[in-house]
Amino acid sequence: MLEIKDLIVNYGVITALHGITLTVPDGKIVTLIGANGAGKTTILRSISGLVKPVSGEIVYQGALLDRLRAHEIVKRGLAHVPEGRMVFANLTVEENLQMGAYLQFQPAAIEKEREYIFSIFPRLKERLAQIAGTLSGGEQQMLAIGRALMSRPRFLMLDEPSLGIAPLLVKTIFEKIVEINRERGITILLVEQNANLALEISDYGYVIETGRIILHDDSKVLRQSEAVRKAYLGG
Amino acid sequence: MSEFLQQIINGLSLGSIYALIALGYTMVYGVLRFINFAHSDVFMAGAFAGYYMSRGFEFTLPGMHKKALFIFKGLPQESFLAGSFVLLGSMAICAFLGILIERFAYRPLRNSSKLNVLITAIGVSLLLENLAQALFGATPKAFPPLLPSKSIHLGPLLVSTNQIGVLLITFVLMMALQYIVRRTKMGTAMRAVSFNPTAASLVGVNNDVIISFTFGLGSALAAAGGILYALNYQSIDPLMGVLPGLKAFVAAVLGGIGNIPGAALGGLVLGLVETFVNGSRFSSYTDAIAFAILILILLFRPEGLLGKSQVEKV
Repeated sequence: MLEIKDLIVNYGVITALHGITLTVPDGKIVTLIGANGAGKTTILRSISGLVKPVSGEIVYQGALLDRLRAHEIVKRGLAHVPEGRMVFANLTVEENLQMGAYLQFQPAAIEKEREYIFSIFPRLKERLAQIAGTLSGGEQQMLAIGRALMSRPRFLMLDEPSLGIAPLLVKTIFEKIVEINRERGITILLVEQNANLALEISDYGYVIETGRIILHDDSKVLRQSEAVRKAYLGG
Repeated sequence: MSEFLQQIINGLSLGSIYALIALGYTMVYGVLRFINFAHSDVFMAGAFAGYYMSRGFEFTLPGMHKKALFIFKGLPQESFLAGSFVLLGSMAICAFLGILIERFAYRPLRNSSKLNVLITAIGVSLLLENLAQALFGATPKAFPPLLPSKSIHLGPLLVSTNQIGVLLITFVLMMALQYIVRRTKMGTAMRAVSFNPTAASLVGVNNDVIISFTFGLGSALAAAGGILYALNYQSIDPLMGVLPGLKAFVAAVLGGIGNIPGAALGGLVLGLVETFVNGSRFSSYTDAIAFAILILILLFRPEGLLGKSQVEKV
């Protein structure tokens, strides 16, 4: 279980998060929805150690995360697929996956993980030798997810996986996210602007507005909520 | 025709040395996006480390008359074994020096502006130069010939064993570097950090380790360059790094800063051009050539020969 308590984050003089408290239970899909600039990405970046909070606590499986550096947090079994995918565009697909397994030292386990990734994203296997920068947006997203899975996480954060991807592929990628959650039991924290899609696949949702949680409930309930429908689901 | 070939060999052996130094500039730029101006003094330190090692560490500090250390007393000075010992030893010492410089001078400034780091690099360079003058004295020292020096006739060409040594050692080092950067986990991580340090830390890469590794690797190559340079010119002094260092920097920019094959190519091209100018009636302008090339490349192809032009991210 991941618990965040009263998290406050500043960027210079601007306060990005005004005290966020949320819980992500093991094995669930939890989503953060909200407009651009609401602070969703900042929450993920705080969990994975890319930004240092001013105050508040981030606790994963009982241990504090917020004093650790990003590369140490990966060791704790959390992986972050960042906004804009951030694949290593200068490396091949193969090398990107190798980098994902940077902290893995058992060849058998690495091979098993690769096979699993190829089973959900067969496209990656076909493109192993290709330079990642030449992949399409959707393929890069698959690679970014694959790379994160190579670190064998128990907790996976996904930031806007639908951004800049052909609608047909978005559907595939979201199906795979559910599959990863169901088959591997990996907890998922999903940030998404496409609230419809996010609430459809998730168990629980938080609605963020200008650095505050304004609403949270079961995703089913949020989808029916008048306020959410008006603001985020297009009526 | 034979004179032309002769000049090519001379140019390649000079260019190899530039290339070895340029690789360090370009690799450090790749991971940290700044020019390590102290790199040319690591090159000098490499030559001095080689000098003292080849004399069996007959090293006396000012005011001290005892010889500090003797290691391989019995080893004949001009042997392949002693030569490789001196080369590898000096590379190891300089790798350590490079890692220390990064750790204590640059790392504390990791999150400050690039200008601060640049000024610090110049400060470290001055520190090393003056420290070397204080420790080793400012007068040039005669560098011992580590290789048995002979001249070999290859048809009409006259090639010295030194030149063959320089070309051979450079070739081996570049192949080793290529292997490390392309085929090993550390090398892949280096390229990943160079492309996107944030994404690298998200897969568990400790950027500090990779940056130290890069400084160590670049400094070891500079040390090899320093020894090869000293073998060619047979004289070393604490300011010997200044001019070759600047020229190697030009070579790195010429090849495309941050691009590893580019630095090697830039070094060889610069060495060839300089050698040909030196053999022409414009020989007094030899040193100006490098800087003329720098100005031209910055004006017309700032991304360098092999570099890709990049849009600055805001």
